[in-house]
Amino acid sequence: MSEQLPALKDALALGLTEAEYELVCEKQGSPPNQVELAMYSLLWSEHCAYKHSKKLLMTLPTEGPAVVMGPGENAGAVDVGDGLICAFKVESHNHPSAVEPFQGAATGVGGILRDIFAIGARPIAVLDSLRFGDIEASERSRYLLEHAVAGIGHYGNSIGVPTVGGEVYFEAAYEKNCLVNAMALGLGPREQLMRSAAAGVGNVVLIYGASTGRDGIGGASVLASAELGDADDDKRPTVQVGDPFEEKKLMECSLELLELGLIVSLQDLGAAGLTSSACEMASKGEVGIDIDVRKVPLREADMEPFEIMVSESQERMLCVIEPKDVDAVRAICDKWEVSSAAIGEVTDTRLMRIYSDAELVGEMPVEALVDDCPIYDLQPQKPSEPLYDAPPQRLDPSASLSDSLLALVGSPNISSRRPLFEQYDPIVQSRTVRRPEQADAAVLALPNGSALAVSIDGNGRRVAADPYQGTLGVVLECASNLACVGAQPLGTTNNLNFGNPEKPHVAWQLSEAVRAIADACTALEAPIVGGNVSLYNEGASGPIFPTPVIGMVGLMPDVSRAGRLGFVEEGETIALVGPFSPSLDASELSKLRGEPLPDGLPEVDIEAVRAVQLVVRDAVREGLVDSAHDIAEGGIAVALTECALAASLGAAVTLDGQGDVWQALFGEASGGFIVCGHATAIAQLSERTELIVIGKVGGDELRIEVGDEVIELALSDLRTSHRSLEALFQ
Amino acid sequence: MKTGILRFPGSCDEVDAQLAAQLVGEAVLLWHGDRDLQDVDAVIVPGGFSYGDYLRAGAIARFSPVMESVIEFARDGGLVLGICNGFQVLCEAGLLPGALLPNANRRFTFRQVELEVVEADTAFTSACPAGELLSIPAKHGSGRYYADEATLDQLEESGQVVVRYRPDQNFNGSLREIAGVRNTDGNVFGLMPHPEHAVDALTGSTDGLRIFESMRAAVEGAHV
Repeated sequence: MSEQLPALKDALALGLTEAEYELVCEKQGSPPNQVELAMYSLLWSEHCAYKHSKKLLMTLPTEGPAVVMGPGENAGAVDVGDGLICAFKVESHNHPSAVEPFQGAATGVGGILRDIFAIGARPIAVLDSLRFGDIEASERSRYLLEHAVAGIGHYGNSIGVPTVGGEVYFEAAYEKNCLVNAMALGLGPREQLMRSAAAGVGNVVLIYGASTGRDGIGGASVLASAELGDADDDKRPTVQVGDPFEEKKLMECSLELLELGLIVSLQDLGAAGLTSSACEMASKGEVGIDIDVRKVPLREADMEPFEIMVSESQERMLCVIEPKDVDAVRAICDKWEVSSAAIGEVTDTRLMRIYSDAELVGEMPVEALVDDCPIYDLQPQKPSEPLYDAPPQRLDPSASLSDSLLALVGSPNISSRRPLFEQYDPIVQSRTVRRPEQADAAVLALPNGSALAVSIDGNGRRVAADPYQGTLGVVLECASNLACVGAQPLGTTNNLNFGNPEKPHVAWQLSEAVRAIADACTALEAPIVGGNVSLYNEGASGPIFPTPVIGMVGLMPDVSRAGRLGFVEEGETIALVGPFSPSLDASELSKLRGEPLPDGLPEVDIEAVRAVQLVVRDAVREGLVDSAHDIAEGGIAVALTECALAASLGAAVTLDGQGDVWQALFGEASGGFIVCGHATAIAQLSERTELIVIGKVGGDELRIEVGDEVIELALSDLRTSHRSLEALFQ
Repeated sequence: MKTGILRFPGSCDEVDAQLAAQLVGEAVLLWHGDRDLQDVDAVIVPGGFSYGDYLRAGAIARFSPVMESVIEFARDGGLVLGICNGFQVLCEAGLLPGALLPNANRRFTFRQVELEVVEADTAFTSACPAGELLSIPAKHGSGRYYADEATLDQLEESGQVVVRYRPDQNFNGSLREIAGVRNTDGNVFGLMPHPEHAVDALTGSTDGLRIFESMRAAVEGAHV
């Protein structure tokens, strides 16, 4: 390697500030060499150190009766009874997906699955949350959508984990920064729960899985530039490429090793590769680790030590095992045709020492690497000017109610997601009781007759209008989705997708959103058990819509009572339940009409929404109501359309004609539910909560009367409109 | 009845097939590297992506040690059911005629489809009334059944086309809507849709159970 030490300009090129570089020099006692600077620059990045979000994240509620493992591990976990835990987490792969959507999305799924089996749970489900630009106007966004969906399907389908749900929104604010967030759930025995803290001085550090190549050496590649005196120019960064077959073997191999009790601690290799994994393990275990990079199985023999340490090659795991178990562990790896190598040792030095054969090429205090990165205060400031342009007008404000409903039902944010989700296998593993479009949340049967429910949500448009109230709406909608299938939330995961937090207006969006997540999760008793932060999602045209993506997992006692969203029988009574005060502010209708975002949204009454969620949950659990659907984008008219189309059953409904009919039909708010059931059951429900009987199920058209106005549309016409996304996938 | 379900690296639906087969008897997993079929009465080659579907779906799995035993087992008249990737493996192994090409829509596609039982007098469909429609999910990227015209004519004449897609549901573009075929001896059957994912009303339909019940009847009839 080069004798010449890197300088300040190299540190700046790697994303460190001048002050941070000076702090590194101070912690090291001298300027860092190439390997050391590469490792510091990664571990002190926002991605690893959360330096602009840590203080906010500390304010989130993380404890609750069901929580078995909270934030800080590879994934969080909640107790689901009978000795089983459910592990879950959402993570982003936004930037790689913007560069290469197929591999970016695929490796996003691969990464989140490794997080799940790293804590000892078998992955049982994937959900995704996607954001792209205006697909009606942007060819690039259509390309990104098509390839990201194909990538998610490719990975999840090939590895045998069902993709059971997800959501996608299209907004011009995501044109330059698409979002690809993936959530995974796993199931495992509680006693097999694995932590990542390295333990046992003298224990062996073993890497297994794919070999290590030059993929994903992004920012660090600057180190290989000519200024360092290194003439090689072939060290160009490459996008990581996923291989689900390799991961499938890695997963089965890991689960077998865990079942046999051969592993002391386990960690996947994700962002920042071996650097991040090894340092995290050493830090949590309060030990040191020595690694010999020459023992790491390589794809390209001539890799530099720093390249090996920062490579983001996929499908690799790092574990600590006892010396006596090395042969047994390697035998299991051989069985699954997974390569393995002992590359280091746990020490009591509290140092990360990197060797290249006998030569010491890097030595750093673990504490300096992991804990001493400066943490910054945000400077939140509400912007005085609107941040986002008004959307293009796609619907004439003078259009009739019926035409407006058809336009909404066919708009990209509301139309059927079938062309996307039918590229995913939702049923492998034989647990899926509710597939996409059958219910508001996916339902997965558990061995003892109970079931898990899971939902993912994040309406950036409403958060952009009001980060606090909008985010409350996102968290509450997740819980409402769970209530509609009869589930009680156990825990929550979040992915905070925002712009540059060093800008005061983004800092304000982020602070307000986190405050809302904390308030809502506290009220719902659905603590945060893990998550991820994706900042700096912005370009010359400004930041993305602030997009907190929330994933929530719940439990229901009796899987046979899992709710569904579609109407069930002719003649049944339809009721509107809940404290529903719709408003057109930041609604999909206002978007289609080309209206700018308002400054602020009406206040949400968290407790009132939570109270009605409990009523709906119980009514579903008892089988009192036959269907339940949360009113979301497009308001009550769209919700009724979805209930009708899901069952191919029409309805005749009369809504309160007082006030604005547009608001009544298309206004949005938290806390409204459409339920259907026999008249006597609805009467019984009315004794528990405020509800309005609005109509009856039947026929082959949807008829909604409001005051003097009537919408009358054949289900076939609504269905044609609802299927508008299919045209993109012909 | 004892059923053996093959497990290759990259198999995905082997446990699902085991759960389904357990509804009609005993079911064990058979590791790809072992030649011992453990005295099973029937073999299922399950769905998934054996060996990552490298080269071509099913192309590598057919050379595995366990497949050598399965080929011998089939030649001796043993019942072999190939589902999805398993169907592809059986075609690659020459146990079934034809081939599965990439879907006409060029995408992996999941759909609940209705299958017409063309031949009800087989070891795999005797529990289904002829002409009955079975609601069973399909999920694959390469499921377009292909054979040359002469072979297709011959398959139809000899009653080897066992199940067809309802014509408006043939999303993968299979020739003559063929969803599943058997060999001339009638002891090997492959289909793209997944009967093992249609054995429980809770998770979908129960129509796929007929396939497993038929196999049990064939095995137990043979034992009598």
